[in-house]
Amino acid sequence: MTSASRAAPASVSGPRASRRAPLVWTAAGIVALCASVAVAVTIGPADIGVADVWSVIAAHLGAGTTAGEVTPIRDGIVWDLRLPRTLLAAVCGAGLAVCGAVLQSLLRNPLADPFVLGVSSGASTGAVLVVVLGVGGGALSVSGGAFIGAVCSFALVMLLSHSLGGTTDRVVLAGVAAMQLFSALTSFVVMTAADAETTRGVLFWLLGSLGGAGWSDVWAGTAVLVLVLAVCLGHARTLDAFAFGQDAAASLGVHVARTRLVLLCATALLTAALVASAGAIGFVGLVLPHAVRALTGPGHARLLPVCALAGAVFLVWVDTLARTVLAPQEVPVGVVTSLIGVPAFVLVLYRTRRAR
Amino acid sequence: MTLRAERVSRSTGGRLILDGVELTPRAGAMTGLLGPNGSGKSTLLRLLAGVLAPTAGVVTLDGRPLDRMGRRDVARRVAVVEQQTDTQVELTVRDVVRLGRIPHRRAWTPASAADEEAVTDALEHTGLTGRADRLWHTLSGGERQRVQIARAPAQQPRELLLDEPTNHLDIQHQLDVLALVAALPVTSVVALHDLNLAASYCDHLVVLAKGRVVARGEPAEVLTADLVAKVYRVDAEITPAGPAGRPHVRFLGTLPG
Repeated sequence: MTSASRAAPASVSGPRASRRAPLVWTAAGIVALCASVAVAVTIGPADIGVADVWSVIAAHLGAGTTAGEVTPIRDGIVWDLRLPRTLLAAVCGAGLAVCGAVLQSLLRNPLADPFVLGVSSGASTGAVLVVVLGVGGGALSVSGGAFIGAVCSFALVMLLSHSLGGTTDRVVLAGVAAMQLFSALTSFVVMTAADAETTRGVLFWLLGSLGGAGWSDVWAGTAVLVLVLAVCLGHARTLDAFAFGQDAAASLGVHVARTRLVLLCATALLTAALVASAGAIGFVGLVLPHAVRALTGPGHARLLPVCALAGAVFLVWVDTLARTVLAPQEVPVGVVTSLIGVPAFVLVLYRTRRAR
Repeated sequence: MTLRAERVSRSTGGRLILDGVELTPRAGAMTGLLGPNGSGKSTLLRLLAGVLAPTAGVVTLDGRPLDRMGRRDVARRVAVVEQQTDTQVELTVRDVVRLGRIPHRRAWTPASAADEEAVTDALEHTGLTGRADRLWHTLSGGERQRVQIARAPAQQPRELLLDEPTNHLDIQHQLDVLALVAALPVTSVVALHDLNLAASYCDHLVVLAKGRVVARGEPAEVLTADLVAKVYRVDAEITPAGPAGRPHVRFLGTLPG
């Protein structure tokens, strides 16, 4: 991926030395991701043996047969529920972490996350309009409504920030404004029109859940992830140039306005696609980029691939925890990411404080 | 031929900040840009860097208008050092100097051996090799400015623009920074507030007031008591007591008006 064949200077030693080994981190990440998915699909409340899980998957991939060994119900649990869910967790984790890393650098704001552009709030309003008020008359799925809401919200943010002058801090302020507006709209609709059962369902979705994952979500998410990841990696060098602000970037040969537009649209598209299928899973996009930066250093050619892999592994395990810890009851994955993420965040901040 | 501003004007919000300014820095020399706050020094530098477009007139590089060249092509020729910069990112000294290679690198390709060599040379040249792995945040203001200037040779420009690079530095670092710039084999334009520093280090001075050039030439021709009184409203005594007989300005007090 990042064949950064750097001539490591002999003087490098101590913790900084780990910065010089991007391939090691990337390779370790790929191995960890494959292993995580392989193990995570075997874990679950339904009592299905590891061997059965693997024979189901092997059968669907065209290697071997399950005839007479695994019942159709168990086959369905593994192939239609667990595997797409685990894969969607990986896609969401990767996408959210990459979006967070890109936005933090582009907006020069360590508190930026994939939802800073109002995408998640717009998505929740769209979803609520479909679920509670039946907008779309059944032709529109929850995901569809969420995606349209997310795109509307992002368009509003871009319009607002453009008319306010288009600078970085205006983008963030416009995002905050949109977030407040759409959150208020969502609450308004839920409080005035929804019954208790619907409210609970909506709340679950708002907190982020991979429970409804199907193969179509996995394919759509993967396609957008690959596209956006390619765009971001193509801009890795350009993102480095933003370290000292947009004027400095411009004097290093970057088309600031064009780069900002391309990267904001790319990350918003990916976030919208992920939020539409899994809700607003918080904290992954905020915390993981900081943690990964401590490992790889700030260069984006190294940071972004490792971020994607770390995010994927992290969310696969957090979702496994979310669906098993109180089984058969499920905890929204967004709740677990925050419960785990906050102490991890504090630890990262504490370590960087000591490094200064 | 080099960077050249031809009758450039710039207005923002209906206010004229630069009014038909001509500037042709002498190749290989250090040109000092003087003038009170708000006289248009920073704006002129931003026009020269191509970061800002003039509302009238044109900036050319080897005769080609900047706005018809790609941003990357301009950045390979012209490097900029801003007056005070900061970053949220945890960068080492080497990382900051490496930023200078960005205009020379292509997307999707890692840094080449030539890139790393230019970075190592720039660190060596600015005496920063021993501090290459220090974190930017742990440096003093003077050291940070030195690192920013070290980024310039890594960028391998032929023109270097500096906006008040000595601001907020102690006197040792002020002298140090300007000596470093003077020793670089580039055509430089540097905005300065300190008239004595400008007189000692610059080969050529251009004085701006209210967006217009009011004087230009060798330090000894430009820095007169008359000019200081007219442009800065300050009473000054000027003697050839500077290094190598260059003018030295002693301020006596402000003038009314």
